Amino acid sequence: MTTTAVPLDRARMAERLAHDIPEGWYVNLGVGLPTQVADFIPPDRDVVFHSENGILGMGPKPPPDAVDPWLVNAGKQAVTLKPGAALFHHADSFVMIRGGHVDLCVLGAFQVAQNGDLANWTVDSADKTPAVGGAMDLAVGVKRLWVLMEHTTKTGESKLVKRCTYPLTALGAVSRIYTNYAVLEVTPRGFEVLSMVDGLSLRDLQSMTDAPLTPAAGARPHA
Amino acid sequence: MIDKWLPNLAEALAGIRDGSTVMVGGFGAVGQPDFLVNGLAEQGARDLTIVANNAGWSRTTGIPRLMDLGRVRKIVCSFPKNSPAFDELFRAGKIELEIVPQGTLAERIRSAGAGIPAFYTRTGVGTLMAEGKEVRVFDGKEYLLEHALHADVALIEAWQADRWGNLTYRGSGRNFNPIMATAAKLTIAQVHEQAALGGIEPDQVITPGIFVNRLVLCQ
Repeated sequence: MTTTAVPLDRARMAERLAHDIPEGWYVNLGVGLPTQVADFIPPDRDVVFHSENGILGMGPKPPPDAVDPWLVNAGKQAVTLKPGAALFHHADSFVMIRGGHVDLCVLGAFQVAQNGDLANWTVDSADKTPAVGGAMDLAVGVKRLWVLMEHTTKTGESKLVKRCTYPLTALGAVSRIYTNYAVLEVTPRGFEVLSMVDGLSLRDLQSMTDAPLTPAAGARPHA
Repeated sequence: MIDKWLPNLAEALAGIRDGSTVMVGGFGAVGQPDFLVNGLAEQGARDLTIVANNAGWSRTTGIPRLMDLGRVRKIVCSFPKNSPAFDELFRAGKIELEIVPQGTLAERIRSAGAGIPAFYTRTGVGTLMAEGKEVRVFDGKEYLLEHALHADVALIEAWQADRWGNLTYRGSGRNFNPIMATAAKLTIAQVHEQAALGGIEPDQVITPGIFVNRLVLCQ
């Protein structure tokens, strides 16, 4: 690739996705990078964060001297409660998830296929302990699933693929992908590019992507 | 007079037999009844099937301690990471693992408590979780049949209890505890604060005492 376009760093990726979350949504953020999305929601925009272990209205992590050992998020890190928060048990928490009550879930991924198939729970190598957590429930249950991930692996392989080669988390579940280079929509016609970082051409992006890309109507560069 | 308090761990855990299926509440370290699980290690029951979200969250106490002592034959869980004790046994082929998506795990437990033998869910359709499971189509979408998950014993952690076994919880410590309380033949709660009967406002009770058999105060 010959482009001089600068990819977004991880914080800017989270910020870019946060920009698209409207007021009033109930949102579940996966562990890792997706958790950072909460840091970029403006304080005057009411977005309610759900944690699968039984929290609605989760707030940011507390200062070290104000940690409540009884309050953790899905990644088992200390968190706080916002005014209006609610606590509940696991069956209710997954009623919210599996019953389609959560507006958005943001997850990381190993691969997303052009039909929206998601692979994000195991790479199935024999020496790894399989662990699925709530990913399969979230992927099929929420109203919309967005993926936040680097466009390629550390060795440069495309994570946007024609077909997933890793074990699937869910079929046809992903509707949008935010990468360090672009925002893409999963459509019946495959991946459509909604926006790209400044200075990047569709040809540049295609050269990094296994699956075919087409521009979406009204596509724009990153704000 | 109903009084579910027991004076010590040994009496609280008496009668748990080899080969039992034991549910253990908690999510990470929060709401984990480690006082009871450590007591079970002393009590000595072996060949156990443990049902829990995680395979323990420390090296030395709780589920990993039971594992290190060779008491656990199988674990049913959603996320067995961050547990070196489990990792070692699993890699050595010395423990059986049943991975269950977290929401399916919660619903299988809830169903057992509610007298529902099985249910259909979209979770896991088209994945490795679907292997060997009945698939049925409703309104054009595929669903998997999942079965209720019962236990002989549930070990749970609560914040307050009165002598009838009415329970409250604290923070995110509720997690699997209230549903596990409903799904076992024998539910034992470790409790941090002893309330007088009537000392918990009825509209603050989260787990009604009908689901709880024994109480022991954490020490």
